[in-house]
Amino acid sequence: MKIVTAKKVIILSTLLGILLILIILFSITVGSVRVPLLHSITILLQSILGVKGEGTEIEQTIILSLRFPRAILAGLVGAGLSVSGAIFQALLRNPLADPYILGVSGGAAVGAVIAILMGLSTLSLGLPLASFVGALVTVMVVFYFGKQDAKIHPNTLLLAGVITSSFLSALIMFFISVSQKEELHTIIFWLMGDFSFSSAKAIYMILPYILLGIFLLYFNARQLNLILSGEENALQLGVDVERLRLTSYLAASLITAASVSVCGLIGFVGLIVPHSVRLVFGPDHRLLIPASALIGASFLIASDTFARILLAPIELPVGVITAAFGGPFFIYLLKTRKVIKTL
Amino acid sequence: MIEVNSISFRYHKDWVLRNVSFSVGKGEFIGMIGPNGSGKSTLLKILCRLLSPQQGEVFFESAPLKKLNRTDIAKKVALVPQEAHLLFPFRVMEIVLMGRSPYLGHLMFERERDLEITKKAMEWTKILPFSERPMDELSGGERKRVFIARALAQEPEVILLDEPTANLDIHHQIDFLNLILTLNRERGLTIVMASHDMNIASEFSDRLILFQQGRIWKMGTPGEVITQENIERVYGCEAWVDQHPVSGTPRISLLKKGGY
Repeated sequence: MKIVTAKKVIILSTLLGILLILIILFSITVGSVRVPLLHSITILLQSILGVKGEGTEIEQTIILSLRFPRAILAGLVGAGLSVSGAIFQALLRNPLADPYILGVSGGAAVGAVIAILMGLSTLSLGLPLASFVGALVTVMVVFYFGKQDAKIHPNTLLLAGVITSSFLSALIMFFISVSQKEELHTIIFWLMGDFSFSSAKAIYMILPYILLGIFLLYFNARQLNLILSGEENALQLGVDVERLRLTSYLAASLITAASVSVCGLIGFVGLIVPHSVRLVFGPDHRLLIPASALIGASFLIASDTFARILLAPIELPVGVITAAFGGPFFIYLLKTRKVIKTL
Repeated sequence: MIEVNSISFRYHKDWVLRNVSFSVGKGEFIGMIGPNGSGKSTLLKILCRLLSPQQGEVFFESAPLKKLNRTDIAKKVALVPQEAHLLFPFRVMEIVLMGRSPYLGHLMFERERDLEITKKAMEWTKILPFSERPMDELSGGERKRVFIARALAQEPEVILLDEPTANLDIHHQIDFLNLILTLNRERGLTIVMASHDMNIASEFSDRLILFQQGRIWKMGTPGEVITQENIERVYGCEAWVDQHPVSGTPRISLLKKGGY
């Protein structure tokens, strides 16, 4: 019988984990300076084991302080956006939901734009901290407006998110129209999603939110399956729907806030990764969450690598790559029956 | 088994149920009938604590329902919904397995025993042949059977049915009701069914409860409840009551306007 078992989840996660490691290795060897694969591996292993590394000093710097942290960051963000996208689709009962649907992105963008305009983006972690704060404030505002008699209603929350979002876009437009030419370039790259201005320190800033968030959601994975068959069905089967909703919304929003704060608005990842996983492995969250996290991480690292090397030495914003892949893929989704039919 | 003690319920301002009391014995087949908006569905939801009454109390085996844990209720009472809208196409097997949810903790996968119980439930409901099919490829009748299988997988003592025969053709209606009746007679399951079809309710139920505007109008055997006078008073329409030619239970025929 084709059902999700612990064994299946473990085997699949291991395979996808291996794929992720291979993509990370590919990502750190290519670029404007090519570091041989063997050198990359020994440098990484030796830095982990704390021994002095092989390879030239330049190679070590490129791998350890530039490419590897960037790949890890892209991986965390890819995992975070994919998982939170999957959760928003389930909770809002809307296949078109993405991590930004509740306006978290708008808050992060306003925070980032203010930081850029005030010159904070030159400080280490200035930009990610500012946009993280912006995102958190937005989450709180949206939940405050989205609540109705102390309960969360998906549609009210969705409306609160959309309205907050459009208000925040108006703010962003205002800031863009009063900004200088040099700032404009940074702002636009941020809005398109870009890893080039993120620092290695940002990893430690977002790691706890993303990992804890994903774990919390995985803890409730089976209950999330039940909520897909409707609130009353889930209640009737013993799920505390109210608590499940609140914790899942908050976890997914925190994951999104952390992800957006380090790299801006990367589109499509949170939409296409969970849908592709569902098409291949089915909608069970016990498999969907780990598979989305690992595939999302691989996808974003690969996209970011292409963004670096495609027109090197010019770097493209990674959002351009994900959208270029995501657009055609989404058309394909619309043409295939299974996911969209229930709309 | 279930003791409903003068409960009243309202969603907003107006009372939907007013001072309703009755009891359901173990192994009984109870039919609830009444016009649209008379409170039948609401009462079913209260019996499995999807809703809680503002006044009065429901007891399950002499324990107050509101004191019970939600998962404990799910192990004793199962609700077969009218229709569930699934967002993503789960397969039949996965839906039935969800009935085991109350027995599983966080981070748990279904055990061998859960699979056995699920398989048996699918055998009973004759859905085993299409257990691998996605739900959105099934007909209305097949989907109904999937949800009754899910309810059986909960291993409940009481099954609550909300309009089980709505949108089914007569073949599927009788198939489904015979299945319910077998569960009731052979496995001793207690059944509470809300239905608009009075002929079906009359034929299958041990006792009927007739609701009007949130109150119990009449409670008793089908012969006591389904009388011309009761139907005309509660539904406000003319009806002809005679007897089922084979079983002898009361039967209703509707009369068109203008006389015959």
